[in-house]
Amino acid sequence: MSDHADHPTLGLGARLWSWRYFVLRRLSQFGILLLFFGSAHWGWQVAKDVPLLTGNLSASEFAGLLPMADPFAALQIFLAGHVLQQEVIVGALIVLGFYLLVGGRVYCAWVCPVNLVTDLANWLRNRFGIQAQIYFSRNTRYFVLAASLVLSMLMGVAAFEWVSPIGMAHREIIFGFGLGFQALAAIFLFDLLILKHGWCGHLCPLGAFWSVVGRRTAQVRVRFDKTSCTHCGDCAKVCPEPQVLNLKRLEEVGYVYSGECSNCGRCTPVCPEGSLRFDLRPMIHRHNAKAHGKQDVS
Amino acid sequence: MAEVKTSRRDFLVKLAQGTSLAATGGFLWAHLLRQEARAQPYALRPPGALPEVDFNAACIKCGQCVTACPYDTLNLAPAGGGIPIGTPHFTPRKVPCYLCPDIPCMKACPTGALSPELKDINESRMGLAVIDVENCLSWKGLRCEICHRECPLKGKAITLETHPRQLSKHAMFVPLVHSDACTGCGICERACPTQEAAIRILPHNLVQGKIGEHYRLGWTFETEITQDFKPAAPAAPVTPAEAPKEAPKEAPGVDYLNRGL
Ligand code: SF4
Ligand code: SF4
Ligand code: SF4
Ligand code: SF4
Ligand code: SF4
Repeated sequence: MSDHADHPTLGLGARLWSWRYFVLRRLSQFGILLLFFGSAHWGWQVAKDVPLLTGNLSASEFAGLLPMADPFAALQIFLAGHVLQQEVIVGALIVLGFYLLVGGRVYCAWVCPVNLVTDLANWLRNRFGIQAQIYFSRNTRYFVLAASLVLSMLMGVAAFEWVSPIGMAHREIIFGFGLGFQALAAIFLFDLLILKHGWCGHLCPLGAFWSVVGRRTAQVRVRFDKTSCTHCGDCAKVCPEPQVLNLKRLEEVGYVYSGECSNCGRCTPVCPEGSLRFDLRPMIHRHNAKAHGKQDVS
Repeated sequence: MAEVKTSRRDFLVKLAQGTSLAATGGFLWAHLLRQEARAQPYALRPPGALPEVDFNAACIKCGQCVTACPYDTLNLAPAGGGIPIGTPHFTPRKVPCYLCPDIPCMKACPTGALSPELKDINESRMGLAVIDVENCLSWKGLRCEICHRECPLKGKAITLETHPRQLSKHAMFVPLVHSDACTGCGICERACPTQEAAIRILPHNLVQGKIGEHYRLGWTFETEITQDFKPAAPAAPVTPAEAPKEAPKEAPGVDYLNRGL
């Protein structure tokens, strides 16, 4: 389930290697679900009466020590007018800090359970060559994000949390089935038949929130090497947010700077020149400075 | 010039379209939220839950209370049920709350939706037990009294009162719930042997009345009218007088079933 262009010239080992981020992402996504599920249903513990990972992606506690909470949910609850207890504030700050460092939308590609569904829809869409039915701006999600916050304030409940298909699907995987899967099915069909990357790329306010978080601070980014890039455009073909691979801007900045990049690692293995690589931000600057220096000399 | 005009008109049309779309979306969304939040009247919340409106605002739907409960009492409401989505609740007829003295559900709650101000589990008020006197076996005259026996606060939350019987001189013993002590744990509802429970837990606001400020109960101690009247002892529950009065005429244990033997 990926959008990798098949390279028949590559050997099997190299082909498998090119799937490395895909495999890791699925391991991470399923692994996190499994940790929650195992703690809730099979009583997984780190010690006697200390469950491994309780709760869900909204708020959780790891090994009875480390509280975590969804900062977007916490923000909505705060705006809804509830004075939050310390534990959830600490938890939200911990999670926020983590994504500030690795890039907000790492949540999308590596954690969010809906991503499994939207990736599948996208893969099928490419398979069957389904054309888009409607177009609207990818910035719509920022309006949805703003609306979530305003409605939370007006309605006195966390507006997105109360309708979130992500929350529904995730909760129902861990705590028992309900109609939440209809919401997931709706997203699947929307992404499959109506608009490519419709939910994650255009509407989801949580994705929008994470795009804003870590926009400036993310330390893990895709480095771009303008000396080797041949402008073939293979990367943008597989990227779920192709606007972030605007090569002109990349040449100026030297890495994928947009907060909308989810560090999914689709682009890095498909680049035939190896111009795209994950790197730490400070290293990127050093690397690019060196590369450009060389180019100037030659 | 003409070009500028059309592009400006395009822009205005786009703006109008966008605005109306946003407004429609916003209204739909708000409507959905109102529907969801209104689905609540029958929800029984874990111990220490804030009043329903505050609870709805505060609960992050994490389910840590659910996992913490050793009896699997609590459930997170799935989408499409009668309970606000994703919030914890319990169904006492299936599994009641067993009133853990250390209140693990409340301790697990990270948001304070289950308020840490609850120190004594017996002070929790999850709901109120209500007896359907038409179907309660004790009210029918059988010696059931199971709810009374099972109640962790028996004698306070449920008392047995004597009640005259129509066809016999033996009094009936009927359970009576007292809202000042009933926690709404639902152990009674779970235990009730009738096909459909004759005692059930309902949220307070669905069953409790309020007499209002303007009534003065002149014969009670606290009201200003009887300030100087001090009763000797707290009023004892009134027991019906006929049964014991008439009993001496016959040997104890004789009634219409065995009279004349
Ligand atoms: S955009 Fe939203 S639904 Fe998609 S992966 Fe990110 S958080 Fe999940
Ligand atoms: S730029 Fe690369 S890592 Fe970022 S979202 Fe696109 S494909 Fe994924
Ligand atoms: S008090 Fe005990 S039994 Fe009752 S809901 Fe909480 S954890 Fe469960
Ligand atoms: S632990 Fe608290 S915030 Fe979490 S579901 Fe229970 S009541 Fe809600
Ligand atoms: S709910 Fe029933 S068992 Fe529980 S305290 Fe009230 S009367 Fe007693």
